[in-house]
Amino acid sequence: MNDLLLVVEPLIPALRRYARALLRDREIADELVQDCLERVISRWGQRRNADDTRQWVFAILHNLAINRLRQRTRRGLHLAMEDIDEADLSTPAPQEHSVTHSELMRALDLLPEEQRAVLLLVSVEDMSYADAAKTLDIPIGTVMSRLSRARQRVHRMLDGVDPMPSTSVPDIDNPTRPALRRLK
Amino acid sequence: MNGGPMEPRPILEEDLHAYVDDALDASRRRQVQAYLDQHPEAARQVKAYAAQRQHLRAVLAPIAEEPLPPSLNLARMVQAHEQRERRDEHLPRPPWGWRMAAGVVFALGLGTSAGWFLRGHLPGDGDTGIAALAQEATHSYAVYASDTERPVEMGPTQRTELVDWISARLGRKVAIPDLGADGYHFIGGRLVMTAHGPAGLFMYQDADGTRLTLTVRPMAVDQDTPLMRPINGPVGGYAWADRGLGYGMVGASKAEVLHPLADEMRRQIGVSLRG
Repeated sequence: MNDLLLVVEPLIPALRRYARALLRDREIADELVQDCLERVISRWGQRRNADDTRQWVFAILHNLAINRLRQRTRRGLHLAMEDIDEADLSTPAPQEHSVTHSELMRALDLLPEEQRAVLLLVSVEDMSYADAAKTLDIPIGTVMSRLSRARQRVHRMLDGVDPMPSTSVPDIDNPTRPALRRLK
Repeated sequence: MNGGPMEPRPILEEDLHAYVDDALDASRRRQVQAYLDQHPEAARQVKAYAAQRQHLRAVLAPIAEEPLPPSLNLARMVQAHEQRERRDEHLPRPPWGWRMAAGVVFALGLGTSAGWFLRGHLPGDGDTGIAALAQEATHSYAVYASDTERPVEMGPTQRTELVDWISARLGRKVAIPDLGADGYHFIGGRLVMTAHGPAGLFMYQDADGTRLTLTVRPMAVDQDTPLMRPINGPVGGYAWADRGLGYGMVGASKAEVLHPLADEMRRQIGVSLRG
């Protein structure tokens, strides 16, 4: 179990970031990370390949997060956009960014969850396309097409070509996804 | 093959993303760079994607810099896990088919005629406690998990109704654990009969169609046995009891696969019934 600590502990900050970016709720995200770590501990002996540990751990977290998101959808709840830490959103954007952080995060929230996952793993968690494919258990071609669609959509939303909806609008790619409320 | 200089491979949209993510080898990167130099529209797009990537990283970076809360102290979690393992190893594990004379007497006192009939016909059924539960769970698995037509009476979309129904019949609030993260999807459940009254049966299935059942019923004896007793036999599983409800998880997999699943069920049930 000593190698577990050495290998997994350094991943925890990134796991928290990924969970929080997917779920947009600090408490639930940390709960999921804790759940994920418990599973990692009890299944440490079942890992097939020590080189894939990072993808293996992220895959456990990702599956937990997706289940959580689906439960939320099943219950027909809105994402708690109002609960987002105000401090996160009010951080002034650096000069080079013409869009604000809150606009970017809103655009991210409006992506279908599978596109958001790919965009986060690749852009933020620095996973190679092959590692992202392994983590999400999808072909690499699907990673590429989701990444491409995610970037296009975020770009169009932020560029005003595809204005962000100001009221609840069902997501056309994923009709089961709950409509999002506009941030105040 | 006309023998002329080889044309570079056409530029793919994927190459533009790989350029943004710095995932190209040096020679392909040069080709993409040359393409971008001649195609201002594509260059603008790549620039926008690169800015988007940087921006996203900048916005989310502070999360990874926050100090970790006590709930995410991995060293402590590992320690707690090791303590649990040691404790489990030291407790005796009665073999399957284990009988308890007092239990039989107790069962005779309780037995209805239906219970009696079954008791006489189920091989090795000789206890009212956790061992009986384990056997009932195994029987329910054998009957329903193999059913291709109608393994469950209520499907996954009727989860709430199923919980209400089983809770009403058992006179106790039950919870259905979620094993989706372990690759087992909940496919529904039903009420089943045991020698000790009605029980709830919940069924799960993985991508290969391998099924797993959880049988739950109130316990007259062995009301709290947090230690999980391994169920041995043609199928494997674990049985335990928690606050008067007994649980038997059965599946056709090895103990290494089933143990963490049973741990996870026990944990989730504890969380949802204790609030």
